[in-house]
Amino acid sequence: MSPLWRIADVVSGVPETETSRTIGLRVEGLMGNLAGQHVDIRLTADDGYSAVRSYSVATAGMDEIIGITVDELANGEVSPYLVRDLAVGDQLEIRGPVGGWFVWRPTDTNPVQLIAGGSGIVPLMSMIRAHEASENTAQFRLLYSLKSPEAGFYREELLTLSRESPKLTVDYVYTRKAPSDWQTAPKRLTADVLLASILPADPTPDTYICGQTVFVETVAEWLVQAGYPAASIKTERFGGTGGTR
Amino acid sequence: MGIISSGFHGKRQTGNPALPPGQYETGSFPVLTAGPAPHIPAENWEFFITTEAGQRHAWSWDAFMDLPQVEIRTDIHCVTSWSRLGTSWRGVSLDTLFEDVESSCEFATAHSYGGYTTNIPLPDLLDGRAWLAWEFDGEPLERAHGGPARLLVPHLYFWKSAKWINGLELTQGDIPGFWESNGYHIHGDPWREERYS
Ligand SMILES: Cc1cc2nc3c(=O)[nH]c(=O)nc-3n(C[C@H](O)[C@H](O)[C@H](O)COP(=O)(O)OP(=O)(O)OC[C@H]3O[C@@H](n4cnc5c(N)ncnc54)[C@H](O)[C@@H]3O)c2cc1C
Repeated sequence: MSPLWRIADVVSGVPETETSRTIGLRVEGLMGNLAGQHVDIRLTADDGYSAVRSYSVATAGMDEIIGITVDELANGEVSPYLVRDLAVGDQLEIRGPVGGWFVWRPTDTNPVQLIAGGSGIVPLMSMIRAHEASENTAQFRLLYSLKSPEAGFYREELLTLSRESPKLTVDYVYTRKAPSDWQTAPKRLTADVLLASILPADPTPDTYICGQTVFVETVAEWLVQAGYPAASIKTERFGGTGGTR
Repeated sequence: MGIISSGFHGKRQTGNPALPPGQYETGSFPVLTAGPAPHIPAENWEFFITTEAGQRHAWSWDAFMDLPQVEIRTDIHCVTSWSRLGTSWRGVSLDTLFEDVESSCEFATAHSYGGYTTNIPLPDLLDGRAWLAWEFDGEPLERAHGGPARLLVPHLYFWKSAKWINGLELTQGDIPGFWESNGYHIHGDPWREERYS
C-alpha cells in the first residue's frame, strides 16, 4: 500500500450498464490488491482545482492493472466525468489500494455471505474473483439487491459463475423492476426475504455488506437482530447521504 | 499540480475556508462504522480512565450526568471527505474528567463497546479540545451515531471521535488503534490531510 499519489494510465473502458463503466488502470509497480480494497482517484482541472473520490477495486489480479467500476450520479462532480468523458490513453492520479479490514483473503476458511446493494457489488466482485482464482473451497453466497435487471453489474460473468462454479451461489432481489420470468413482484428488500436468501447464522459465515449507507445500516441491523454475531459482519458504505438517486 | 483532466471542471464546493483540503460540505449526518451498532442502555454504560499506575477512575451514567455539562458548536470532518459545519452537541469536557487523574502518559487509547479502539495524543484531548458528547442537535445521541455517548475530538478526522465510548487507557507510547492498524494515519489532522499511513 502506498499513501502517495501515483499516475495511472487508462487502458480500457467498458460500459457495464447505461450509467456505469468499468475502467482499467495501469499503475507502474503496482502488485495487485487485496480483494475488497479501494483506491482514491484525483481529478484536476486546468486551473489546478481538484477533487478526490474513493472507488473500490473490482478486480483481483496480482499485476499492474486494476479495474474500477463507476456508477454515474446524475448531479455528481466526479462520477459523470469518469463514466462519460475519461478516455483510453488519458491519465489520472491514484492513491492506494488502501484498506486492510473490509477485505477477504484466500487463506480465510469460513463460509462467506456477500450482500450488495447496487454499485456495492464492486468490492464483493473482487472477493468473488479472488475466491474463484484460488484453491479456497469455502462456500460463497451472494445476495445482490438491484433496482432492475438492467442495473446489474458483471451480468454475464455472474450468470456463468452461478451456473458453473461449485462454490458460489448467486441470489437476486429486484426492488423496482423484475425480469419478466421472475417469480416475485419487485419490492423493497425486507428482513424476511433477506434472511431466506443468505447462509444461516450457524455455522457463522463471514458477512460483507456493501452499498449506500441506508442499505448497509438496514441490512446489518436485521442480521444482528436475527442472531448473526456483530463481529462476523463487515460493512462498507459508499455514500454519505444514502438516497442520492 | 497533478495530471490535468481535460474537460473536467468540477463543482468547486471547496471555496469555503472552513473546509479542510479535499473535503466537501454535507447537510446530512452520514453514518460510518466498521460494523453494526452495539446496543448499550445508559444504565449499563460506564466510562473509565486508567493510568499507568493501575489507577482506575470510573463514572456511571448518573455520575457522568452530574458533571458540569457544556454546549459545543463545532465543525466535523470525516476522512471519507464529508464535513459538516456548525454542528451542536452537549456533553462533558475531558478536562473535567481528567481533573483527578494523575499520569505522565502522553497518549490514550480510546476503547469502545463493541471492541473499537483509536489512539489519540493526550494534548489533543485536553485544554478544551475534546468532549464526551451525549446530545446532538438538542436530542439524545442516536445509537447509530454512538449513543448513549461518544468521544468528540472535532479537530481530528472523525474516526478518532470513538462512538459507544467506554473508556480511555493512558499509555506511554502511541499504539495504533483499529483504523490506524488498517492503513489510516496515526494522528489524523484534517488540515494536514493526514488520511493514510
Ligand atoms: C470506500 C468507498 C468505495 C467506493 N466505491 C465505489 C465504487 O466502486 N463505485 C462507485 O460508483 N462509487 C463508489 N464509491 C462512491 C464514490 O466515492 C463517490 O461518492 C461517487 O462516485 C459520487 O461521486 P460524485 O463526485 O459523482 O458525486 P458528488 O458530486 O460527490 O455528489 C453527489 C451527491 O452525493 C453527495 N456526496 C458527495 N460526495 C460524497 C461522498 N464521498 N460520499 C457520499 N456522498 C457524497 C453530495 O452531497 C451529492 O448529494 C465509493 C465510496 C467509498 C467511500
